[in-house]
Amino acid sequence: MSTAKTGSATTETARMRPAKRRRENQGRLAFWLLLPASVAVFGVIVYPILRTLLISFFEVTSVLAVDTPFVGFANYLSALSDSGFWSAMGRTLYFTLTSTALELVLGLGLASLLSAPLKFRWLFRAVVVLPWAVPTIVSAAMWKGIFNAEYGALNAVLFQFGLIDSYHAWLGDPALALNMVILADVWKTTPLVAFFLLAGLSSIPKELYEAARLDRAGWVRIFRSIVLPLLVPSIAIVVVLRTVEAFKVFDIVYGMTRGGPANGTQTIAYYTYVTAFSDQNYGVGSALSYLIVVVILLLSAVYLRTLRRSGMSAL
Amino acid sequence: MNRQRRLSILLHTAAVGVGTAIAAPFVLMIIASVSPQSNLISRPLKWIPDTLYLERYQAIFSGGPNSVGASFRAAFLNTIVVATGTVIIAMVVGVLGAYAFARLRFRFRRGFLMIFLATYMLPQIALLIPLYLMLNSMNLLDTRLGLILVDTSLVIPFTLWILSNYFATIPEELEEAALIDGCTRMGALFRVVLPSAKPGIFAALMFSFLLAWDEFMYALIFTSSDASKTLTVSISEFAGRYTTDFGLVATGGILAALPPVIIAVIFQRYIVSGMAAGAVKG
Repeated sequence: MSTAKTGSATTETARMRPAKRRRENQGRLAFWLLLPASVAVFGVIVYPILRTLLISFFEVTSVLAVDTPFVGFANYLSALSDSGFWSAMGRTLYFTLTSTALELVLGLGLASLLSAPLKFRWLFRAVVVLPWAVPTIVSAAMWKGIFNAEYGALNAVLFQFGLIDSYHAWLGDPALALNMVILADVWKTTPLVAFFLLAGLSSIPKELYEAARLDRAGWVRIFRSIVLPLLVPSIAIVVVLRTVEAFKVFDIVYGMTRGGPANGTQTIAYYTYVTAFSDQNYGVGSALSYLIVVVILLLSAVYLRTLRRSGMSAL
Repeated sequence: MNRQRRLSILLHTAAVGVGTAIAAPFVLMIIASVSPQSNLISRPLKWIPDTLYLERYQAIFSGGPNSVGASFRAAFLNTIVVATGTVIIAMVVGVLGAYAFARLRFRFRRGFLMIFLATYMLPQIALLIPLYLMLNSMNLLDTRLGLILVDTSLVIPFTLWILSNYFATIPEELEEAALIDGCTRMGALFRVVLPSAKPGIFAALMFSFLLAWDEFMYALIFTSSDASKTLTVSISEFAGRYTTDFGLVATGGILAALPPVIIAVIFQRYIVSGMAAGAVKG
């Protein structure tokens, strides 16, 4: 990637040297081309970002509050000293690491299957794309029904095959419920991960496989020495995107469990939502959302560093 | 040869197994939507319904005013309007911006793109309260337009990313020929780049449509009536209100999933070609 870029950049400068004016026009054209996107994105988010930062330093206990004393870092301190925050953080980390790891491993398998020479491959791909297309809230309602303690299909199938001798309340136990939410998230998101990795797989030149096969390399060796290193950039993007998304997880929790039972599935975004909107504590809620941003930034930085150190050198 | 055949059989078996596992929950939901309620609460569960029970679909399609059906139909229309509006804006704005990122040399190009992509790290919840006040002061609360405005800010970074990566893979020579022939930059974008960027455009279209259709948190907070409430909100209300009637929730869910599923199945062959560039270049 970097060689291609420097290559095109040098030819570019060589070509552009006589026409310096055109490059200045490029800057102006770029400004006009990017203006609509910038207005549409930053026009919506810049003011709220700053306003939320501001609110996080004040005590605001109603949307229309008039008396909002400045409290400095008190909101952050009270968030950080609340045990509810740390357990929500712990659950979110567990959710993030488990779901991302499962989605990556299953996604790799699914991607290889998607790229395999199958008859009716279009049909297989159409089936795989299905969970991705189903809206998150619909899939949450679907899994809630399947995991239902009295009439759910999961109980029915396990019972009728004799794998359990009584119906379970899958969403009734805090720790179990969190795992069930993870299962639903894995069903929904693995296809997206798989298609993303498939895009990476399909850009690996066929000649490499043929050469490896001529050298009598087994498929484990091919996977470890060719596929994995060349897939590292794709894996890096997937891991970062999934981590960010999983850390912000809200919809599927709202749809399946509303954070329950006994706050067992209350992730940090949900905890923030409850603090801000149910408890009407907007100051602490704003402080919490900034804490989420900080953790996401940290996680992404750590991931990118490790992946770069372990993988990019192989390229 | 024999070994290859064995491998092929193994692969096909795996594909059938995996495909069944992926489709099973969705198929269950379809079955539940056409099973009479007595089948759904029987023990042992009746997997095949006694009769084809279509009354829930009927209730949704033909319920009179103030019924569940009328509210659902309003939500469906709202979602179509909001998703289509969002996709159109995000694609137009995305094509223009992506062209600048892919082709033009200007200061802070990379940094600017990174800022767009970094907005993805912001949790929506961090913006909810000020956005609520903003929309309120512009009289855009509980309107489709308000929802389109906030949704586009979520979708545009994705269209910019997919499209600029794809545009970068199109040989620059094609465009230069057009420029030499007297074409303007914009002319080159619309006559040369866009026609050869179909996979990237379809991938971006599909991505942004699924994102817009799926959006929940903004809709949950910023809409309150049939005037703008979208399907995701409507389904979550369904699931909260009719906890014992999984059949009805399933029916609503199937209908709400239908448009994105159709779009995804039609466009799935462009995902890989449209994103292949993005996966490598990042």
